[in-house]
Amino acid sequence: MPQPVISARQLSKTYGDFTAVDGIDFEVAPGESFGLLGPNGAGKSTTMRMVGAVSTRTSGELSILGLDPNDHGPDIRSQLGVVPQQDNLDQELRVRDNLLVYGRYFGLPRRLIAERADALLDFAQLTDRKKAKVDDLSGGMKRRLTIARALINEPRILLLDEPTTGLDPQARHILWDRLFRLKEQGTTLVLTTHYMDEAEQLCDRLVVVDKGSIMAEGSPASLIRQYSSREVLEVRFGSDKNAEAAERMAGVGDRLEVLPDRILIYSENGEAVLERITALGLEPITSLVRRSSLEDVFLRLTGRSLIE
Amino acid sequence: MTTTTVRDDTQRALDGGVAPRRFGAWYIAEHRILAMKGYAGDALFQSFGNPLIYLFALGVGLASLVPQGVGDVSYLEFVAPALMATAAMTVTSNETSYPIMMGFKWNPIFYGMNASPITGGQIVSGMMIHIALRAFVTVAIYFGIIVLFGAVPSALGWLSIGSATLTGMAIGVLISTYTSTIEEDRGQMAMLQRFGIMPLFLFSGTFFPLEQLPVWLQPLGWASPLWHGTELGRVLTYGATEPIWLTVTHVGYLTTLLVVGLWATRKHFVRRLNK
Repeated sequence: MPQPVISARQLSKTYGDFTAVDGIDFEVAPGESFGLLGPNGAGKSTTMRMVGAVSTRTSGELSILGLDPNDHGPDIRSQLGVVPQQDNLDQELRVRDNLLVYGRYFGLPRRLIAERADALLDFAQLTDRKKAKVDDLSGGMKRRLTIARALINEPRILLLDEPTTGLDPQARHILWDRLFRLKEQGTTLVLTTHYMDEAEQLCDRLVVVDKGSIMAEGSPASLIRQYSSREVLEVRFGSDKNAEAAERMAGVGDRLEVLPDRILIYSENGEAVLERITALGLEPITSLVRRSSLEDVFLRLTGRSLIE
Repeated sequence: MTTTTVRDDTQRALDGGVAPRRFGAWYIAEHRILAMKGYAGDALFQSFGNPLIYLFALGVGLASLVPQGVGDVSYLEFVAPALMATAAMTVTSNETSYPIMMGFKWNPIFYGMNASPITGGQIVSGMMIHIALRAFVTVAIYFGIIVLFGAVPSALGWLSIGSATLTGMAIGVLISTYTSTIEEDRGQMAMLQRFGIMPLFLFSGTFFPLEQLPVWLQPLGWASPLWHGTELGRVLTYGATEPIWLTVTHVGYLTTLLVVGLWATRKHFVRRLNK
């Protein structure tokens, strides 16, 4: 069993009275794709900044590649690739120049940086835009350029903070494809997201984070198995009738969640539940049977939706 | 499938940090010089255009109203070293105002730099190396044009390129000490220009000796780094006579401001990047 590349014990960060990260424990193995799933403000980005060796922890232990970030910030960062939530490309430079100057920060020789820059522009599908101004790129292209920049030092660990927030579906899929290739090549990925589909697509293992604490940990499939049923029936009766209908459906299915706009009924067989509801004389306006997702896990664990 | 052990990774990290720890500031300076590609033409045009405009207007135009000169020298010789120091101040005040705010806010490159092995202190050092180079080149061009105007009688005149650059940097780091703390733009830059830079320009013995001011206004000049830089320039370009202790004070004052300003700016950067 290889030693973990990241190890956190009782890791905490407070800002005055506010506790952003509240004593979390996790480990990431080499080559693993690890995710922090949680809503905005859960403490994911703060955790990422501590792992990125730019934010000093308030207490607890943290080891990255066997080193303490308090003493070895620059050494650790020499092995990281960072894709922040907010793009921080230099808008005064052109696309390729952004990669060239960034490579120099790691003390790499210019010729090597130039070779890698061209390969990475190809990987990021930006070769034909290499002389473009950063400002002229679309959101998806900027994201891909930021990922290319994060790979210029061939990092041991790639940290991605909400990598696809704000992107359209097509741009997201292109980005996922690129990240999946990195994963196949053995790069350790650590990403935060509040998109359950992203977590399911990219993460081997994840922790569900809320209010600075870890609520659950496991692979997407095992979390769904542990905290939800196989299927979910979603029914709508109209916002003023949902509560009354829910009362009449008590005992139908394994569990029931009443949301403002719909009712979720968890069971192993959604179609059978729908038949029982109809037999009770209830007629939903719409109904949908789907497989359980991480969204349902989060709802079960916190009583809240991921995207609020 | 990776076969790398953490022990290898640890060594690789320790090796990877060596060059950035040593040369990080120079990498940042390199970056900033490359970023000049976008505005190098404008910068060069200003470096030649500004001295010509000022020297014609003041040295030829205004000087005709002061035919007796100031002390033992012509008005042009008197005003030239002040204009050099002012030119350095203009470059450094521009470079330490919006670009610092931008680097944290609108074009947040400082966070990108800090995510690599570069530290907050190195970012400041690198920015300042670039700014000092810009100021030096600007002042050197200014000096060359002043020589062409025949306004540098002293053989030590070329040393004023260094003194003017030092003056600009002493003022620049004071400005960056402030601008590195600004979170929201509420017109602070315009205020700084109007109530900081402009009064410095007018009350630092630039156009007339400080002694011409009422006694109660003169301390304003003594506190002004631009006055110290201007007086130092006058000693170097035409051998203005003053007690040696005063010359030493000029150098000491400017150097102290530079050291304190750099220290404070680095402190602000490190604190702001570590959130």
